[in-house]
Amino acid sequence: MTTASPAQEIPRVNGRLRTALSSRTRPPRANALSSTITFGWRAILKIKHVPEQLFDVTMFPIMFVLMFTYLFGGALAGSPRDYLQFLAPGILVQTIIMITMYTGMVLNNDLKKGIFDRFRAMPVWRASFLAGAMLGDALRYLMASAVVLTVAFILGFRPDGGVIGVALGVLLVMVFAFAISWIWTMLSMFMRTPESLMYGSFMFLFPLTFISNIFVDPETMPSWLQSFVDVNPMTFLTTATRGLMHGEASAGDIGIVLISSAIIVAIFAPLTMYIYNRKE
Amino acid sequence: MSSGKLLAIEVKNLVKTFGETQAVRGVDLQVPAGAVYGLLGPNGAGKTTTARMLATLTRPTSGAARVFGHDIVAEADTVRSIVSMTGQFASVDEDLTGIENMVLLGRLLGFGWSEARERGEELIDAFGLGDAANRQVKTYSGGMRRRLDIAASIVVTPEVLFLDEPTTGLDPRSRNEVWDIVRALVATGTTVLLTTQYLDEADQLADRIAVIDHGKVIAEGTPGELKASVGAGTLHVRVREPEHRPAAQGILAQALGVDIELGTDPSALFARVENTGGISAAFDQLSRREIDVSEFSLGQPSLDEVFLTLTGRPAEDQDAQDETEEAA
Ligand SMILES: Nc1ncnc2c1ncn2[C@@H]1O[C@H](COP(=O)(O)OP(=O)(O)O)[C@@H](O)[C@H]1O
Ligand SMILES: [Mg+2]
Repeated sequence: MTTASPAQEIPRVNGRLRTALSSRTRPPRANALSSTITFGWRAILKIKHVPEQLFDVTMFPIMFVLMFTYLFGGALAGSPRDYLQFLAPGILVQTIIMITMYTGMVLNNDLKKGIFDRFRAMPVWRASFLAGAMLGDALRYLMASAVVLTVAFILGFRPDGGVIGVALGVLLVMVFAFAISWIWTMLSMFMRTPESLMYGSFMFLFPLTFISNIFVDPETMPSWLQSFVDVNPMTFLTTATRGLMHGEASAGDIGIVLISSAIIVAIFAPLTMYIYNRKE
Repeated sequence: MSSGKLLAIEVKNLVKTFGETQAVRGVDLQVPAGAVYGLLGPNGAGKTTTARMLATLTRPTSGAARVFGHDIVAEADTVRSIVSMTGQFASVDEDLTGIENMVLLGRLLGFGWSEARERGEELIDAFGLGDAANRQVKTYSGGMRRRLDIAASIVVTPEVLFLDEPTTGLDPRSRNEVWDIVRALVATGTTVLLTTQYLDEADQLADRIAVIDHGKVIAEGTPGELKASVGAGTLHVRVREPEHRPAAQGILAQALGVDIELGTDPSALFARVENTGGISAAFDQLSRREIDVSEFSLGQPSLDEVFLTLTGRPAEDQDAQDETEEAA
């Protein structure tokens, strides 16, 4: 047997390795803003490297706009063009709200990976991981909004509220989207796989967005359905967004969306942070 | 040289339970600074859990540990700033490129964008990954991934590095590359705590080894001491026909004058031998009795053999053992 004791062995290493290892520079701790931006940069890189993920989030809304406008437009509003004025803000709501489930899926994926251990061991503000993910979400929301609005505009969507009205509408939808993404963030800490989270949130969001005033005026619905539609938060959000885009939103319409967003955040954000901080 | 040396890690009666599972059942360790310390044990022994507790990734259920004098629970933040861990499973972002991973971690550690990139490039080059720096990690081979993983752990060179089974699943060449990195790290002053399932690896790298089984340390010492307690040399014999094993056992026992142990493999036998005197005679005896052997070699004991000698039973999967214990 010819085993030299490791202490006697001279490391066969190149100079570069030695130099790299000898550097013991320890920079000052990153502040909360800087670590949030770094996590946001990562979220954006992940969209850049896996652009396919944006395909399904934008193809569905385009299909919906085309299908509903031409299939039902004539019957529901007299002409496809008239119906589009009603539908476009609603499709925007549906699209963005459906995309919120990506937040949970991305996070669920990360939490199971070894890289999460690294993040947890970093001397940074712990919530910056979640806050940074929101930057990625914002990018997704903005890109999907741009796609939906461009298609709608080409088809003849001419909102009375102008550019400012449309921008405010997008902003309001994003506020609500950030609020409900906390629910998926929390669930992502329990669910076993991103797929189960997707099915779960889909089962919840799909009826919620359809049984609302996104596609049709609830007055034509049976009364039992109408009573659901009347309390569905998607209805409030759609009414307010439609109002903003057409320049006729009331303060009450907007207020109720902001208040429900605040309530959702007030419940789910602390709960999520509590679970997140105790996660092993 | 070793007496009175500064301790990098001091562990007292560390326990971790997951529900019903007792992953770590009272581990004591004293890891000297500036050396490689090996934690050797089979799958499920509690190596990962122990390392994760020391790296502040999991809270101990009870017991205490200090890293350079800092309590891993009360002073977790301080400990975190001087240790780093390379997990058993790759802890880099597969979707990102090698350099992006390095910049990401550098930024989180507090470097500016350009400093993070410089440090990342320096390490990537030093680890021989320069050509792959701009490729997504998912295209990397196992060995490259491991090296990137270690590079990612030392963006700020830590005082203590935990390496959890750094070479499991690697081909011999990649394994040697990792070994060289570990040696270089220690040569530049980092203390390394390495977990492994291979006695060979612990022997190559570690200055001291703790053998861990069932969440407990069952032996501790230098590789030399450990091997001496198991047998400096071990004779490995494998018969072609498993039914010849009992006969071979008898012949070898007589020829060598030592106890012959049976391995988990039904055709394997091994014996701890102090001197090599009777070995060729033993071989002659076997061929004279027409017992065909497929292996007859003198070498280091395997982990299995270490375990059999230390515990009287082979190194098995912990989970399987727990089940039999419960059934009994
Ligand atoms: N998070 C966990 N939850 C439940 N059981 C666990 C967990 N982590 C490890 N264990 C159990 O603890 C024991 C020790 O595991 P581990 O420390 O991973 O061993 P090793 O790294 O030596 O293979 C095993 O029985 C394993 O199944
Ligand atoms: Mg392990």
